[in-house]
Amino acid sequence: MPYIAATDNERKAMLERIGAASVEELFSVIPASARFPKLKLPLPLSEMEAMREIESLAAKNLCASTSAWFLGAGAYYHFIPAVVDALSSRGEFLTAYTPYQPEVSQGTLQAIFEYQSMASALLGVEVVNASHYDGATALAEAVLMAYNASGAATGLASGGRDKAIVCADLDPEYKDVMRSYASAFPIRLEFLDLPPEAAAIRSDDSTFCVVVPYPSFSGTLGDIAAAATSAHAAGAFLVVHTDPIMCGLLKSPGEMGADIVAAEGQALGNPMSFGGPFLGMLGSSAKLVRKMPGRLVGEAKDAQGRRGFVLTLTAREQHIRREKAVSNICSNQGLAMLRACIYLAAMGRSGMRKVAELCWSKAHYAAGLIAALPGFAVPALGSKQEFFKEFVVLTPIPAAEIADKLSRRGVVPGFPLSRYYPERTHELLVCVTEMCTKGQIELLARSLEEAAE
Amino acid sequence: MNLRPESLVYELSSPGRECVSLPSCDVPSARPPAALLRDKLELPELDELSLVRHFTRLSQKNYSIDTEFYPLGSCTMKYNPKANEAAASLPGWRNAHPLAGDEFSQGSLEIIHSLQSWLCEIGGFAAGSLQPAAGAHGELSGVLIIRAYHEARGEHGRRLMLVPDSAHGTNPASCTMAGFRIKAIASDAEGGVDMAALREILSGPEASEVAGIMITNPNTLGLFDRNIEAIAAAVHAAGGLVYGDGANMNALVGILRPAEVGIDVMHFNLHKTFSTPHGGGGPGAGFVGVRSDLVDFLPGPIVAKGEGSSAAAYSLAMPARSIGRLKSFYGNFGIILRAYVYLRMLGPEGLRSVAENAVLNANYVKVLVEGTYKVKYPRRCMHEFVAQGDIAEGVHTLDIAKRLIDLGFHPPTIYFPLIVPEAIMIEPTETESKETLDEFAAALLQIAEEAKESPELLHAAPTTTPVGRLDEVAAARNPVLCYKG
Repeated sequence: MPYIAATDNERKAMLERIGAASVEELFSVIPASARFPKLKLPLPLSEMEAMREIESLAAKNLCASTSAWFLGAGAYYHFIPAVVDALSSRGEFLTAYTPYQPEVSQGTLQAIFEYQSMASALLGVEVVNASHYDGATALAEAVLMAYNASGAATGLASGGRDKAIVCADLDPEYKDVMRSYASAFPIRLEFLDLPPEAAAIRSDDSTFCVVVPYPSFSGTLGDIAAAATSAHAAGAFLVVHTDPIMCGLLKSPGEMGADIVAAEGQALGNPMSFGGPFLGMLGSSAKLVRKMPGRLVGEAKDAQGRRGFVLTLTAREQHIRREKAVSNICSNQGLAMLRACIYLAAMGRSGMRKVAELCWSKAHYAAGLIAALPGFAVPALGSKQEFFKEFVVLTPIPAAEIADKLSRRGVVPGFPLSRYYPERTHELLVCVTEMCTKGQIELLARSLEEAAE
Repeated sequence: MNLRPESLVYELSSPGRECVSLPSCDVPSARPPAALLRDKLELPELDELSLVRHFTRLSQKNYSIDTEFYPLGSCTMKYNPKANEAAASLPGWRNAHPLAGDEFSQGSLEIIHSLQSWLCEIGGFAAGSLQPAAGAHGELSGVLIIRAYHEARGEHGRRLMLVPDSAHGTNPASCTMAGFRIKAIASDAEGGVDMAALREILSGPEASEVAGIMITNPNTLGLFDRNIEAIAAAVHAAGGLVYGDGANMNALVGILRPAEVGIDVMHFNLHKTFSTPHGGGGPGAGFVGVRSDLVDFLPGPIVAKGEGSSAAAYSLAMPARSIGRLKSFYGNFGIILRAYVYLRMLGPEGLRSVAENAVLNANYVKVLVEGTYKVKYPRRCMHEFVAQGDIAEGVHTLDIAKRLIDLGFHPPTIYFPLIVPEAIMIEPTETESKETLDEFAAALLQIAEEAKESPELLHAAPTTTPVGRLDEVAAARNPVLCYKG
């Protein structure tokens, strides 16, 4: 067995030292009727055989790197510089635990501090924590954080405010996760099918937060500053979910007045990996930090005055506060965060802006070509709504048929909205990133036209 | 270990440096309206070599399984096979999109389906979901299932969860997030659930409010609770369910299927028992398994295998009365894949030998040190044991932990469980050699000598690290959470 060092002789010596006649004897405390079950598991493979099997299974997936890829809808195909894999796969990062012993974890701790710094700059907030499971759980926990924080002044759970206004044009999976997370609390989630600025006007003295996606699930960009003004006028927090790639070019939600910002950080150096591991980003203004869930790293000094980093403000967390903790989160997405940290440092200010500019230009080029196709329309262009890298296309035949047909030919045209909303049969959500070449965009347009004929 | 101070990435920045070359725009350039544009973005600017050196040097400031023995109790820091990493790096997995559609994702769906079936077999459960992203996420799923079960039966008043005082902090925290109140149960003289205390609650005025009990078995003392069947029977008789915290499953794989001793709902941590890396804090992956009448409540979607003519086709489906989604998509797939590779290479016999060797190694280290370090419950242990650091006047567990660092070992888990004073919780795992265990035990014995002869060595430790003990109190009083320039 490659993963067990002990030989039979060594086992014998250890058992003698313990004073046990056999390994079985060590398990005599286990109820005899259930001890040592015969498990129906497949027989073991050698590493060579296992890798062969894994390779053949991997080949059964449609792979973005060998297709023309226009599918996003929550998981994004972006470029990952080689340095991200090379550095994040180092065993010293990969096989370390949560940095509870700071003297032997300065590598992880400093990397988290650097991530917190760069992510705060990107999202326009004063503090970002060390990660959540994904954007959906980060947003759900942001709502719970707003709920807890709104009562802080009054000493009541929520200061009597129990309503979260949520823009309905939010990823349906995020809405589901938010419902699951809020289900145990006396929280009303009011989904309004309105743009952010119009939804926020509905805030009243029972509203503890307004939740706005920027961009929305259909890709459009609402007026965050106006939403912030309305939410704040009613005494509610503004919670925004955003695309961190877009924040390389456009004003960040924090700059426009968001109190809490959540984001799906997968696009920052993490592969799509069939939906996980992803990176939940959560940030806020400094005054809310004691209500923030998740781990935080802070600067510290040792007795000689040397700079170091430690996990800090842990009195918020489950291992200290148990049932009074602000969240139950323990393991987070550390390695995905490290990848984002390396990605942001590698891209830097100019790289982040350039990637976002490429997305913007290519998405608008694609939208223009598609809008000109007979039978197709791009509502965001017609109504002059701004969008970043995703936009909805109205299709002349059911979008699911188009996606199915083209995917077989290696052109994955986007996400048919009927998969979430059965009645929206003729809508396709198209995503264009820096990975799509001009040739592929033109192939997409031609393929759509052919598919509809 | 790299002892030299390492600048922050911002301090290495110089305006105009670039690390990544990006393509020029091959379509007509479009610009967002000026009102939407941001005017500043405080990110560093580095060349590639500076960046590579920076993060390589940072990595060298960590202890890790790949470099040191890491006997963290309750964390199962076993070796993380490189084959897992090689498998996960294939483009067919990395570049698989979660919404490509079932037909175009058969490889991923087969992996998830196989692993969820194997984990059900290992635990004795009727069905399970791999959606949870971590252990605590699995706990949250599990207690939400318990709540949904009682509500479906019209028993809305069952909102009290019993949690032993030795439990991990995530247990009570997960209960709060699922809307339960907590009642702590004391431990008995063997470190198990105090049966008298349990029976008193179950026959007392709150009995009709009891939703269930959360049991970690082996418990956090590393001891198997021999009353497990009696505990389950008592809780079931009172109308409650039994939740199993699988953090310590490494002691039981191939040894005992928890469902067979009365566990109704349980989570496993793939990043503990099933060898996936901890990544400096995550990502982990959780599995939640349930008995047959709870299957419909599982978080989803989960993967189903088609029957009849379409026997080869795997598809995603939401259980009928699911507690809902707990994250987007289908779990931490990249981690699920690593655990799949691990189990595929172990097989049933290999799996049993994992638990056997984990328990053997723990008992061996215990025997080597227990003459010097008190062990409060002196039974044979399972995969870990809890010693005490009160070995000399003026010396604390923290001092021992820091001195271990100087001797080249990552410290065990300390000051947990809370019910043992000066706790030192040692979990060697099955992947460590006898030589390593001998060296570690010798180090602990050496420290015990030093504690008496030259305690200043302990109090000054660690001295072989990039920084000494850091002032955590000052750091929390005046938190600096970002680079301020």
